[in-house]
Amino acid sequence: MIEARNVSKWYGRFQVLRDCSVSIARGEVIVVCGPSGSGKSTLIKCMNGLEPFQQGEIAVDGISVGDKRTNLPRLRSRIGMVFQSFELYPHMTALDNICLAPEKVLKRSRAEAEAKAMGLLDRVGLADHARKHPAQLSGGQQQRVAIARALAMDPIAMLFDEPTSALDPEMINEVLDVMVALAREGMTMVVVTHEMGFARKVARRVVFMDEGQIVEDAPTEQFFTNPGSDRAQLFLSKILHH
Amino acid sequence: MFTHYDWNAITANLAFLWDGMVLSLGLAALAIAGGMVGGMLMALLRLSSFKPFAIFAYLYVNLFRAVPLILVIFWFYFLVPVALGRPVGPFYSALIAFVLFETAYYCEIIRAGIQGIPRGQMAAALATGLSRWQAMRHIILPQALRNMTPVLVTQCVVLFQDTSLVYVVTLRDFMTSASIVASRDFKLVELYTFAALVYLVICLAGSSLARYLQHRTAMR
Amino acid sequence: MSYNWNWGVLVSEPYLGWLISGTQWTLAIACLAWIMAFTLGSLIGIARTTPIGPLRWLGTAYVELFRNIPLLVQMFLWFFVFPEVLPRDWGRWVKRDLPMPEFTTAVLCLGFYTASRVAEQVRSGLNAVPKGLLAAGQAGGLTLPQIYRYILLPLGFRIIVPSLTSDFLAVFKNSSLALTIGVMELTAQSRQIENYTFQGFEAFTAATVIYCVITAIVVVIMTRVEARLRVPGLLGRQQGAL
Repeated sequence: MIEARNVSKWYGRFQVLRDCSVSIARGEVIVVCGPSGSGKSTLIKCMNGLEPFQQGEIAVDGISVGDKRTNLPRLRSRIGMVFQSFELYPHMTALDNICLAPEKVLKRSRAEAEAKAMGLLDRVGLADHARKHPAQLSGGQQQRVAIARALAMDPIAMLFDEPTSALDPEMINEVLDVMVALAREGMTMVVVTHEMGFARKVARRVVFMDEGQIVEDAPTEQFFTNPGSDRAQLFLSKILHH
Repeated sequence: MFTHYDWNAITANLAFLWDGMVLSLGLAALAIAGGMVGGMLMALLRLSSFKPFAIFAYLYVNLFRAVPLILVIFWFYFLVPVALGRPVGPFYSALIAFVLFETAYYCEIIRAGIQGIPRGQMAAALATGLSRWQAMRHIILPQALRNMTPVLVTQCVVLFQDTSLVYVVTLRDFMTSASIVASRDFKLVELYTFAALVYLVICLAGSSLARYLQHRTAMR
Repeated sequence: MSYNWNWGVLVSEPYLGWLISGTQWTLAIACLAWIMAFTLGSLIGIARTTPIGPLRWLGTAYVELFRNIPLLVQMFLWFFVFPEVLPRDWGRWVKRDLPMPEFTTAVLCLGFYTASRVAEQVRSGLNAVPKGLLAAGQAGGLTLPQIYRYILLPLGFRIIVPSLTSDFLAVFKNSSLALTIGVMELTAQSRQIENYTFQGFEAFTAATVIYCVITAIVVVIMTRVEARLRVPGLLGRQQGAL
């Protein structure tokens, strides 16, 4: 479904991604983790072309992301993305946030888009909040709206960029629950997160990155019980022993 | 395109135009100095916790900001001789008009600068035992002034451009001198183009300085 | 100080009529110039934020040119110089057949000048929209024009309503420069009354009061507009436009 081969990226002379290769099959859930600045967010932003990269290749459903001729808006419309700081459009209601892309990109009718949006809001437990503006919602609620917004496009895969890092602790679970349900339904997901409980519960593989490199790409159980690299071991010992 | 124009009209009158420029720059410099001092005092009044001061400054600033500079120039051109009981010439009445007018604009810039400093700074300064005035003098104002330097420079460029408006009371600044030569020698195209270029060069330099300072402030 | 007060002069003809006519010309110049400045300035401001290099450069050049030449000089350039440097036939048309030449020139000059101020505001408004929203729009598959249309412009313009109000008030006050090319607007009329009657105090007070009242009306209206446009929970009321 998503295939990255030898991807390298530089900001000026600073290399943020080194030769990253990873492959995600249909229906797979992958967790990407690693210390801050390790390039994990950059990597998933390369997957839908939000960040350009200079070397290597990424293909989504067989379509090359780096190819100049690729219609990026169309490609992106098929991949959902959820951001660390939600990025809901503040001047629109929750409902309008969800309906915008289906109406303008997929050319669905307002009625159709709204019906679908209401269904999704119901699914993330926010049907009562459809007419509210983002600033009137809590962080956890905003992030659930953002997930619904991404799902409204019927994506073939979902990218999550640290979806719970900006949340107060008591709101993390309401977002993770939605994500777990999504994973169990068979959605293809790439999740950048430090929530190791979530990884244990639904991830098939864990990808560990450090200094722009993919250091480890292992089945979840193996990653936690017997990580292959010292760096992954060190990282795990830091975030698990609290 | 401009070949059939007579640019000698400019070189022949360079000394006359230069005198005008000296007056423009002098008027601008005095108005900037006066406006900044006035603006600083007015800003402190505006932020004063003593209500009558704050109200006075509020009315002053909004009155001057609601009327065109030309009207203010007319006002003082008329008012100053009446008030003093003798003619004073256009320069002093124009200077008074500019200082009082610019005071209002500098006040708003300085006030915004002061209010842009996080409240925590004042609290921290007071917590160390400084008086409110000491905190303003040593903690708030230095930071505020540094942040607003680019805007102050921009306002100086605007003020310098505005000095051309003394044309309406026929004070011989650069613009008025250019227009005198233009109509006397009937060289409108040459003189006004030249005036525009001279102003453009000076003001672009000022604007670039403001942008450079802005950039430097942003980096910190 | 000896001065013979005579407030009656303000309500006697022809002086009252002069004030009324002056106010009408001032408003006419200000409103027409504003419509022009708002349209042109918005386009230039948008151009300065696009990823298209030459467009950005043109926008910057326009703003720098018009902001760094005194308005009075621009007024004379349009009135005296512009018809001379046009091709001969056009120049003749401007000089002979242009309807209401002083008024038209004043409107065009103020329109072009104020457009440079509006362009700066629009640019800063668009730049003030958080970059993450742009990424969210892209991730949803929106094209660049769609992102401008639905996200950047609605938010950017909301942010700059107060600045646009002061730009309108600036063009309202700057319309007084039209007197230098012979338009009998409000300031010119008050000066004329002073010249005819030597009642400068009364004449200038009248003009001052009229300017203040109109300014106050505009501020009240724009405060309402701003409140109506305000997104619930977001972008608290900023400092007044004055």
